[in-house]
Amino acid sequence: MSEGLTTSDGLNAAGIRADARRERLALAGLTAPSFLILGTLLFIPVGWLFWLSAFGDNGFTLENYTRMVVEPAYALVFLTTFELSLLVTILAVLLGYPLSYMIALLPPRAASICLTLVLIPFWTALLVRTYAWLVLLQRHGVVNSLLMGWGVIDAPLPLVYNFTGTVIGMLHIMIPFLVLPLYANMRAIDRDYVRAAASLGASPAAAFWRVYLPLSMPGLTAGTVMVFVICLGFYITPQFLGGGRITTISMKIQQNVATYFDWGAASSLGVVLFAITMAVLWAVSRLASLRRLTEVGGS
Amino acid sequence: MTAGALPIAVRGLVRRYGRLAALDGVDLDVAQGEFLTLLGPSGSGKTTLLMILAGFTRPDAGSIRFGGVEMVRTPPHKRNLGVVFQSYALFPHMDVAANVAFPLALRGVADAERVRRVQAALELVQLADLGGRRVDQLSGGQRQRVALARAIVFEPGILLMDEPLSALDKKLREQMQIELRHLHRRLGTTVIYVTHDQREALTLSDRIAVIDRGRVQQIDTPQRLYEAPANHFVADFIGDSAFLDVTVADGVARWRDQTITPARPVADGAYLLVLRSEKLMVGGNAPGLNTIDTPGLNTIDADVIEIVYQGDSVRIDARLAGGDVVTLRELARAGHAARWPSPGDRVRLALDPADTLLVPAPTVPVP
Repeated sequence: MSEGLTTSDGLNAAGIRADARRERLALAGLTAPSFLILGTLLFIPVGWLFWLSAFGDNGFTLENYTRMVVEPAYALVFLTTFELSLLVTILAVLLGYPLSYMIALLPPRAASICLTLVLIPFWTALLVRTYAWLVLLQRHGVVNSLLMGWGVIDAPLPLVYNFTGTVIGMLHIMIPFLVLPLYANMRAIDRDYVRAAASLGASPAAAFWRVYLPLSMPGLTAGTVMVFVICLGFYITPQFLGGGRITTISMKIQQNVATYFDWGAASSLGVVLFAITMAVLWAVSRLASLRRLTEVGGS
Repeated sequence: MTAGALPIAVRGLVRRYGRLAALDGVDLDVAQGEFLTLLGPSGSGKTTLLMILAGFTRPDAGSIRFGGVEMVRTPPHKRNLGVVFQSYALFPHMDVAANVAFPLALRGVADAERVRRVQAALELVQLADLGGRRVDQLSGGQRQRVALARAIVFEPGILLMDEPLSALDKKLREQMQIELRHLHRRLGTTVIYVTHDQREALTLSDRIAVIDRGRVQQIDTPQRLYEAPANHFVADFIGDSAFLDVTVADGVARWRDQTITPARPVADGAYLLVLRSEKLMVGGNAPGLNTIDTPGLNTIDADVIEIVYQGDSVRIDARLAGGDVVTLRELARAGHAARWPSPGDRVRLALDPADTLLVPAPTVPVP
């Protein structure tokens, strides 16, 4: 459009268009920094990672990837990581769902207190929490001492430096990630839905399976995906609570870099982890169509 | 559709929230097939009563019988009631047909039969073509109808409705009121209907229970309720009224020094004269005003404060000798305009003795 007010444009048309353009520019200006940071801090390192994994001293090579298939040690690492992530996710759902439900039913004041309690560990350093579990769970730790003191057990249970300890520690860290989106979803579910289901003849169990669970699905899906994906890349907790008996993908990456100085091997693992994460997100978004995620609970 | 409409008997129903009694000993009998409305201001306890009947809220004490069977400890899913919610509570993850089929699926109704009954229910609410629609594609009025279809498709003997029309605009609400009347006549179900809208209650109900402060103040037909209110609250809540202090001594009713002829003789005591805005007639000596000369009318002199044209009627506010302000309404019809006074005019208000209602003066001042 040419500058200046022409009568055919209508009254003040050029000025109104200029206002709209200024508004768009202001919005672009506000978002530009985050795009820039995402671009430089995410895409460039990830791109470099891809490059490192496929280009060695002698140019292009798939050696790093074939190693993962050929060496049985790698299969075990992947298996362990998935087993751990899946178990922690399932347990987080089993513990977090009823917790979110209870908090969602509480009056607002009590709910915000409970939510704060859930979030306090969230605000504590990961390393501190992991060491705290070490203190609680070790051979002569608080839990074993109490149980033996009460005569529940005769010998200390192996609660840490193994799979069990890792699951306990990770579960504790993951629960807020499940509770937050699930609570937000449940809070928006009108209680009349469950009442309506009951009045129409649904037993409490039927009302849950047919009405409440489907309505809480968007929050549950979001929380579950978040927990599972974070578990896949977990490092500190399995490292400290696993006691060397547990090797996850991220620990293998650390080993490759710190012990073998093999950036190619480490990068290829990173790429595979990245690909798996993307695949999980894609599968979930296919299962629960994104439309549904935004739609429910609003009415 | 329904042959098994059930009578309801409520006895001694009490529900306290802390020190406050939301229901303070409610007794209520609803006949088989009757349309009863619970009418009251917000916080009166009418919704609490409905929630207790539906089984969503536990009372502290009392008895609820549906067709003679004690229900007070029966969980909601075993009460076999149709409930229509203010929010409609249509399940957003199911389409219209699935919503209506929900109660049938729970009762194990076979597929073919289920489809037939869902279709019949949707036809009854005039939504036969919308079975495949998603809930969020429906208008407010359509949602209301789907909620109704879902609540009646399993042929419950009792239908509870919690302000089902309050979210609709005025025109649609009035249309739905008439439809609900027709539907009730066809189904014959016993209906308990909650509303705070007096006109809606008068339009729909066989009888109305006026609820205030957790108690049934009066339960009567719409006409009896309007024309013979039992107390000040009922007279004030239904209709547009002003009240004058009247004393009855030796069988003669007096407002200030003036003798009043009431519709029915009452015992000596303190009363309130109910002045309904539409029952008052206006006349006067100002130019253009006709005189009220029918013998036997109760008349009161007043000064006109304000006159407001409201389309269908004209609202006239006038001050009486003692300072009381009354409101009256004149239909805005050709020929009446000549009778409308102007602010400042001295007029004579007249009330037919048959419309001259006295209610006992409240012993405790009403806020």
